[in-house]
Amino acid sequence: MSFQIIVLWTDWLIYLLVALIAATVVYTRGKEHLRAPWRRVAQSRSGMIGFVVLVMFVAAGLLDSVHYRARLDSANAKAKAAYAVEVLSVLDVVLDPLRARREKTYSAPLATHLYAKEMVERPDGSQAREFPRLKHGGRHLKDTERDWAADITRVALGGAIWGAVMWLLCALLAATSLARGSPRRLLPSWNQIWRGETDAPWRAILLTLLVFCALAGATIALAGKYHVLGTDKVGQDVLYQSLKSIRTGLVIGTLTTLVMLPFALALGIAAGYFGGWIDDVIQYVYTTLNSIPGVLLIAASVLMMQVYVDGHPELFPTAAHRADLRLLFLCIILGVTSWTGLCRLLRGETLKLKELEYIQAAHAFGVRHHRIIARHILPNVMYIVLISLVMEFSGLVLAEAVLSYVGVGVDPSMNSFGTMINNARLEMAREPMVWWSLAAAFVFMVTLVLAANLFADAVRDAFDPRVRTRAVSPVRLAQLLRARGARRTTTDSA
Amino acid sequence: MIAYIVRRLLYALPILIGVNVITFALFFLVNTPDDMARMQLGAKRVTPEAIAGWKQERGYDLPLLYNAGAAGTDKVTRTIFYQKSLRMFVFDFGRADDGRDIAREIRMRMGPSLAVAVPAFFVGLLVYITCALGFAFFRATYIDFWGVVMCVAAMSISSMFYIIGGQYLIGKLWHLVPISGFSGGFDALRFILLPAMIGVIGSLGASTRLYRTFFLEEISRDYVRTARAKGLSEVTVLFRHVLKNAMIPILTGVVVAIPFLFIGGLITESFFGIPGLGSYTIDAINAQDFGVVRSMVFIGSLLYIAGLLATDISYTLVDPRVRLA
Repeated sequence: MSFQIIVLWTDWLIYLLVALIAATVVYTRGKEHLRAPWRRVAQSRSGMIGFVVLVMFVAAGLLDSVHYRARLDSANAKAKAAYAVEVLSVLDVVLDPLRARREKTYSAPLATHLYAKEMVERPDGSQAREFPRLKHGGRHLKDTERDWAADITRVALGGAIWGAVMWLLCALLAATSLARGSPRRLLPSWNQIWRGETDAPWRAILLTLLVFCALAGATIALAGKYHVLGTDKVGQDVLYQSLKSIRTGLVIGTLTTLVMLPFALALGIAAGYFGGWIDDVIQYVYTTLNSIPGVLLIAASVLMMQVYVDGHPELFPTAAHRADLRLLFLCIILGVTSWTGLCRLLRGETLKLKELEYIQAAHAFGVRHHRIIARHILPNVMYIVLISLVMEFSGLVLAEAVLSYVGVGVDPSMNSFGTMINNARLEMAREPMVWWSLAAAFVFMVTLVLAANLFADAVRDAFDPRVRTRAVSPVRLAQLLRARGARRTTTDSA
Repeated sequence: MIAYIVRRLLYALPILIGVNVITFALFFLVNTPDDMARMQLGAKRVTPEAIAGWKQERGYDLPLLYNAGAAGTDKVTRTIFYQKSLRMFVFDFGRADDGRDIAREIRMRMGPSLAVAVPAFFVGLLVYITCALGFAFFRATYIDFWGVVMCVAAMSISSMFYIIGGQYLIGKLWHLVPISGFSGGFDALRFILLPAMIGVIGSLGASTRLYRTFFLEEISRDYVRTARAKGLSEVTVLFRHVLKNAMIPILTGVVVAIPFLFIGGLITESFFGIPGLGSYTIDAINAQDFGVVRSMVFIGSLLYIAGLLATDISYTLVDPRVRLA
């Protein structure tokens, strides 16, 4: 099957972000002073748990950021290639079974029957009102009442065991890397991990991975035969929707900061460094922007963008392009309303830095302004940028849900946690209640935001010079003391 | 003091003008009134007459900045900028799409907004400070540790889940209060209870955690050690010394929020069907009533500036070192 690669606007920015992160990693590797704070992040237990979970989300988001359009089969091979209207992503390919197996309407998680009663024709020709069997969920069961519970337990257990085996491989890999490839040290380092004596919190990381692997294994095994999180109004799998929503959340959380970063950096540093009327003008601009309540400015801007998009349908070849532009625009608007905080922080830090002696010395040597900014100021304010990048992430993910509810968020056709909650709100009033869409959005969102919060705290603690003086954690202190005590006894006996 | 306030109010003027220009640009320059008319009337039955009628109905049929066809001062006043943007400075917001006077509507809806937001605000402040002080008192124990863990977990839950969960649990399952709606007089209490409570719970995690760090920062100061050395009990130290000094950073965030009580929780109001300014704004956004949204933007920034001023004045009340000059 041939296809046409589509790179949406947000895809470009995501690739740019990935490239930036990769470049940072490469640059940091060789520099001890840059690696030190990251090592502190790696030593934080909660931070690393958050990181592991985030990596899983990011993996799903990245898979969902490679888009293509499938080529339509046509009888005439020489005809100009026609491509499907639908823009798919690699994640869609992975989740193809979930996407393709649609039911008629609502069905509860792991159900075998539809949520609503319908007229069904019995094999003997009579008609009855009953819950019809699902087209896909639990199709393989003969007697659903008798086999259902046993089948689910069996399949879920099998999947979980399979996941645990995969996890064991990961754990062995971790131990091997700790033992630096030497088989003799494998067992000691394995024990070290489980006694929690490693430098990085490997035990916590591996336990998180175990939970993830077992859950993922069970889900994958079940997803082949059931709708694990049920289906929504039009019969689409809720698990699929939730996984697709991850990208939207990640895009909003990261690209917003990326989009506003150049402005905040340039204006904040300029205001602090040059002072005078430049400072006045920049301060005026950000006070003015700041004084418009965020939600209202966003609402007003999105309304105006809506008018523009409706007026220019020719600019968007597919619905996905339109939804994507709206997402990007939302990022920009959110960025415009949130850059002021970062700008003010940067201005303050620059004001402080420019009075320091090494910058005065640079002035005395006749170094030009742009060079002082690039070499002496910029590297020293980067920690603020990093901290605000990670700290704002979770807030932005939450903001997306609220904005989508208000009706000024992402395109209604786009999967996002906000649209899921918005749709689920009306379903709550049904009898019996349709709770699974809301529950799925809740679980995915809380996991993502919680992981982001934990990681952000670890990063802040490691990078913020104001909290650096904080004492080591009691557990770590005990370990250090124990290690020192052990060394002393060995030297004594020698 | 009065001279300071007057000067601050004068500073506010250019900011308000800036806000005005931004909203004007956003609403009338990015898209022309023609575009808005086409969008609101729907793509199908758009005729030039319908657009002209729509514009005339709302007073958008004037030139944007300069009316060359008019005489005398009308050259400036008979324009969209003057009629729609500058008139806001005298609280003349014009009419909404349903023909009602926006200024009157805002006055009417202020009451319900305040009725929900004010109790939530004060109860919230009390609860957050109490919890944070409690954690600070039990610092470096399991109570503190798990308290912070709970705070981070609570922070990670979207406010919409609190609202939906509260409505379901208390309104639908236990039938304690009505799920949504509003009424005047004492009867309003029934309707206020749940939204106010959820307003408090919604930001419990973030606020408590923030205040806890303020308290811990103060606790490590020298004057606290001195107070303990004098033999004061821990409770006295916390309430008499730490609480008072931690009020300064707390006030910074809190006082700015006071004017926004008028607007109320946008989301809360719309979920609970409270006829306040928040739900007014959301309805206007959904109905694409540009006039109302524009007015609310203006009022919002007015309130923000008032909040900044109130913050500075409140500093002088809690911190004798700060003098306004």
